[in-house]
Amino acid sequence: MKTWYKRPFPVLSALVIAAVVFAMVGEKVKAGGEGTITGTVKLNGTAPHMKGIDMSKDPVCSQQHQSKPATMENIMVGANGGIQNVVLYISDGLSAGAASAVPSEEPSFDQKGCMYTPHVMAVDVNQKFKVVTSDQTTHNIHPLPAAGTGNIGWNKSQPPGAPPIETDWKAQEIAIPVKCNIHPWMHGWHVVVKGPYAVTDENGNFTIKNVPAGSYTVTAWQEEYGTQTAKVTVAGGQAAKADFTFKAK
Amino acid sequence: MNSRLLRLTNAAVIVGFLALPALVQAQISEYQEKQWLDTPAATSHIGNLTGNAHAATEPYRRYCTVCHGELGDGNGESAYWFDTPLFFKPRDFTTAVFKCRSTPTGTLPTDEDIYDSIGRGLDRSNMPPWNTFSAQMRADLVAWIKHYSPRWQTEKPGEPIVIPPEPEVTAERIKAGQDVFNRVQCWKCHGVEGRGNGPSASTLQDDQGRPILPYNFAEGGRFKCGTSDADLYKIFMTGLDGTPMPSFSDNIKPEEAWDLVFFLRTLQPFHTKAKELAKGLNLKPINPNAPPPSQ
Ligand code: HEC
Ligand code: HEC
Repeated sequence: MKTWYKRPFPVLSALVIAAVVFAMVGEKVKAGGEGTITGTVKLNGTAPHMKGIDMSKDPVCSQQHQSKPATMENIMVGANGGIQNVVLYISDGLSAGAASAVPSEEPSFDQKGCMYTPHVMAVDVNQKFKVVTSDQTTHNIHPLPAAGTGNIGWNKSQPPGAPPIETDWKAQEIAIPVKCNIHPWMHGWHVVVKGPYAVTDENGNFTIKNVPAGSYTVTAWQEEYGTQTAKVTVAGGQAAKADFTFKAK
Repeated sequence: MNSRLLRLTNAAVIVGFLALPALVQAQISEYQEKQWLDTPAATSHIGNLTGNAHAATEPYRRYCTVCHGELGDGNGESAYWFDTPLFFKPRDFTTAVFKCRSTPTGTLPTDEDIYDSIGRGLDRSNMPPWNTFSAQMRADLVAWIKHYSPRWQTEKPGEPIVIPPEPEVTAERIKAGQDVFNRVQCWKCHGVEGRGNGPSASTLQDDQGRPILPYNFAEGGRFKCGTSDADLYKIFMTGLDGTPMPSFSDNIKPEEAWDLVFFLRTLQPFHTKAKELAKGLNLKPINPNAPPPSQ
């Protein structure tokens, strides 16, 4: 069994270390306006080919992609080599207060053309979000958090015109796969973080807002390439810079 | 000591050292589970019966371990015999995800739900009905099952869904039920005639990524989660967690749910009042290629 509770020692020691680091870093954070962390996430190498999706099993789906066939979205690379849908979050250095602040925006996770929009949605622990459908076909939305994370999976249908499902996640988890069993190609992610975060746009650019002054480890997560980290220091009210590069496999 | 022996001893020491954490881990997990045995969660309440986990130690070992495993993780000795496509793996009690619930998707079942599953068994799987056990023993087994997952320590069971009294079955209701079947698209998986052959049927997987088939109504097998009309109502309003079968409670109103129950009964090969009434209706299977119903 790989479940955490069967091996409390590593978990405990990780918690103790985290607590100590927390206390040390917390000391150093000086009062000051909130800054930002901006940058670009790029791919080093040729962008892999994203396979086309055969939606012929559900004509309602395929009809929406007649002009431009849908493709997989695991690695979306822009003209300048920037990677879309990379999640940036602060993995170390946040004060307890900053880590537990929950944004009031309520993002939407849409089922549109039998694809998830956005393909990757980042949210804070306890941040409300909506699952909506724009499609004239029934979907079932089935997030699959790992056991022992504190998040519990569920499976609900959304027929055409169904009202939004409003919910949240209770614990950090990078990342929760989301699927639709009716349309097996539909695959997306909910990335649940603590504290400020950002997701890269189609050119790989991002800005993490509302970052208190301090020294941080920023982690970039990409569904196929995994994670990269960078140390960043944010001065009160200023914009700090952090760029990331993933190597093509 | 010659050098060869020395090397061997060294190797043995190293192997022993490497094995130690594994041993310690096993002890911890047993230790942890033992701790959970003495918590309030490791009891059950079914009617006026109180189940006690300690009392189920022996029966569990004797009757359930072969499939569900000593640690309750579904990896009992015989589990691998079933580990072929289209067989159901014994339930992993450490994740506390259950198919048969009266509670909403994503919540823990009630004690009664688990109690009923033990007595009923799960059709189309190797989970036998344990209906010869005394009620007390089944209640004790429920308590035992609950000592395996930390979820029972921190979560309460979901609030059971409310099932309004069953109305009289009528031809209109059966027809309305078919409209619900069409609108929410049960047929995507179950097929337009409920034969388990919908367009998505061949691609379905359970939460462990194992192939799984939708229920075939025409075959007339017993439902895993109970055979009554109220059980059928509950099945599609709560979903079978761990499988592709979703919950529809957000999108089917209680009245409509009874209509759907009556329509589903006409798909089964049993003599029911619904089936009798449906003969007069001359219902045609819905056309999957028709434009989607507008709401
Ligand atoms: C021959 C193997 C076997 C034995 C013995 C067995 N089970 Fe099971 N059990 C299964 C399988 C397989 C499943 C999963 C069936 C499915 O997913 O459809 C299951 C599922 C369950 C479930 C989950 C029901 C749900 O709603 O998800 C419970 C509870 C359960 N078993 C209890 C017991 C108890 C208690 C015993 C001992 C008295 C026992 N089982 C003995 C094979 C077995
Ligand atoms: C995404 C595919 C999917 C959809 C949509 C779906 N089902 Fe299912 N259903 C399944 C699967 C898979 C099973 C088998 C689960 C198992 O055997 O563990 C199942 C099982 C069932 C069962 C048998 C449960 C039991 O206890 O044995 C019933 C009844 C049922 N579904 C009714 C419905 C109804 C009614 C709808 C529409 C309101 C529906 N299903 C929509 C996939 C689906």
